[in-house]
Amino acid sequence: MSASFTLSCPLPVTQHRTIVLGHGSGGRLTAQLVRELFLPAFDNPALRKLDDQAVLEIAPGRIALTTDSYVVTPLFFPGGDIGRLAVNGTVNDLAMSGARPLSLTAAFIIEEGLPLEDLQRVVQSMSQAAAEAGVAIVTGDTKVVNRGCADKLFVTTAGIGLVPDGVSISASNAQAGDAVIVSGPIGDHGITIWSCREGIDFASGLKSDTAPLHALVAAMISAGGADVHVLRDPTRGGLGTSLCEIAVSSAAGIELEAQAVPVRDEVKAACEILGMDPLFVANEGWLVAMVAERSAAAVLAAMREVPEGREACRIGRVVSDHAGMVLVKTEVGGSRILDVPFAEQLPRIC
Amino acid sequence: MKYVDEYRDRKMAEKLAAEIRRTVTKPWAIMEVCGGQTHSIVKYGIDYLLPTEVELVHGPGCPVCVTPLQMIDRAHAIARQPHVIFCSFGDMLRVPGSTGDLFQVKAAGADVRIVYSPLDCLKIAAANPSKQVVFFAIGFETTAPANAMAVWQARQQGIRNFSVLVSHVLVPPAIAGILDSPDNRVQAFLGPGHVCAVMGYREYEPIAARYSTPIVITGFEPLDLLEGTLMAVRQLEQRRAEVENQYGRAVNPDGNTDAQRMIRRVFEVCDRGWRGIGLIPLSGYRLNDEFGDYDAERVFDLAPINSPEPSACISGQVLKGLKKPHDCPAFGKECTPQSPFGATMVSAEGACAAYYNYGRHLVALSSPAGRS
Repeated sequence: MSASFTLSCPLPVTQHRTIVLGHGSGGRLTAQLVRELFLPAFDNPALRKLDDQAVLEIAPGRIALTTDSYVVTPLFFPGGDIGRLAVNGTVNDLAMSGARPLSLTAAFIIEEGLPLEDLQRVVQSMSQAAAEAGVAIVTGDTKVVNRGCADKLFVTTAGIGLVPDGVSISASNAQAGDAVIVSGPIGDHGITIWSCREGIDFASGLKSDTAPLHALVAAMISAGGADVHVLRDPTRGGLGTSLCEIAVSSAAGIELEAQAVPVRDEVKAACEILGMDPLFVANEGWLVAMVAERSAAAVLAAMREVPEGREACRIGRVVSDHAGMVLVKTEVGGSRILDVPFAEQLPRIC
Repeated sequence: MKYVDEYRDRKMAEKLAAEIRRTVTKPWAIMEVCGGQTHSIVKYGIDYLLPTEVELVHGPGCPVCVTPLQMIDRAHAIARQPHVIFCSFGDMLRVPGSTGDLFQVKAAGADVRIVYSPLDCLKIAAANPSKQVVFFAIGFETTAPANAMAVWQARQQGIRNFSVLVSHVLVPPAIAGILDSPDNRVQAFLGPGHVCAVMGYREYEPIAARYSTPIVITGFEPLDLLEGTLMAVRQLEQRRAEVENQYGRAVNPDGNTDAQRMIRRVFEVCDRGWRGIGLIPLSGYRLNDEFGDYDAERVFDLAPINSPEPSACISGQVLKGLKKPHDCPAFGKECTPQSPFGATMVSAEGACAAYYNYGRHLVALSSPAGRS
């Protein structure tokens, strides 16, 4: 759109209480939004140039690159919000390769009518989360769509990180004999979101576990080096899905001790009531790792020194039997095979 | 977690399993009636703890599974109408009718909502006076009181834009139906704990006596199921055929009489078709005449819908305990929870889906304790 003649609202952005279509027009209103909202929050030299791209100086080496879109209802929930998820989620996807996260991009699809205050809160929260994770948000994009064409706000982030020399972590690297370690109790995020969304309050202090995991990963690598074989943050599909994927990718068997899997009582209770399985409930701030047995104790100890790994524990081991399959030793001594559900879990009738 | 963990104790489980091994002298086929029990058995691998002589047969007690195809098709026809908000328990949404499931109906523009209690529908109805709010009232005697209460309260509150599509089923006629079947092989039942929490267990006593078949009212936790199995095995070995109550912490002989009164107030017993089994006389509830105005089938003048079941499906035989899910050539291949052929694959509590979800399709079943 021509900069010299724009049919845009002359009111400054701060005088709009809600997002209007003009905020995504590419005109002055968009420029105001960028200048007055995004730039102060995310400020850094690359972004300040306001070019169509960020140009970054990066040390030679292997670059990890990832992208993810975030949609969540409600936008704000105990323990976080969509902005914090969008930063931490992408930081964590980078960290799961052992990479040190460097820079993020952020793209916003906003539904017309979103209170400006909500956008401000999300952006502030992203700014804080980025600072905590030590990453810069270096370029971005904003689009506004008609009311009803999106659900309030969608955020897409992409990120790059630097993979240290000698680190080779992948879901296909699990080896028989590895210890399976999880960094904390599962299911908090999924149950928190679910209980906000459905208005069912389990009268608990449960909150989302969203957290950046790069520091935890750095501690693990410094304790275990190349013995850290696999890292995954079990988000949407939960721990169960991640384990199944790893078993398939690595063509290895996994034996899971049901009793050893940490689950908070509130999460257990909610899952009991709804007939859901905590193994398939979403997490946003935990990881599961496969570590060679000889380094497992050292890695576990190092994890427990980092706040995000304080509750880390062993939950099973990688075996050479039943390649591609996860076998659960149940609480009562029976066994079953874990398989990925084909869609989201649904509350059961009875 | 208190009141749950103590019923999942490994040492106690081993003790009970050892006691079952000590007691059993010959093969017995014991049916657990409830879908919830089947789910627990497979989830905790309880059948792997039992001696080869004891075979657990998975019964017809999953209300989602046994809801007839034609009732699902009626639900879809109602949900598709403009000005309707169609409410359902969550796992009913994925049950396929003749053409897709409620998720697909929703994706095509219908207003379909998951509720956790039928009473939620009254709030939705009050908030949407220009819409007709329809609740899919399915389930056994367990869900009947709350569903009856929703209808009763709608009348009390003068809510007129609310109706229910009723497909309630009853356990005792289904048990009698299984025992009447000429090819029946079930020798004892683990009775439905939660159904009996509502209804008590007196109505099971004549069945146990008439068919000389033990019925042990049983809970849903691993230790409940093992103890219920032990009690059934003891009766079989001692040639007794009584109703016994393993689930004493929830069930008394007379049940919840207030809940029963609410059911009788609103519903009456009727013949009901069961998906995979067919018509069982006097095996369901429908709204009685007094509450007929709340019957969605009257509110919506639907064209007659007759939906035949797919012929390749053996779910009827699975529901009667004649076959195991993996006896079916389509199991885990053409027939999966994603594209189910029949009743037992459609809900997580159905025997086929429970087998599938816990990975039994992945192994050439060397099977529970070496059983074929």
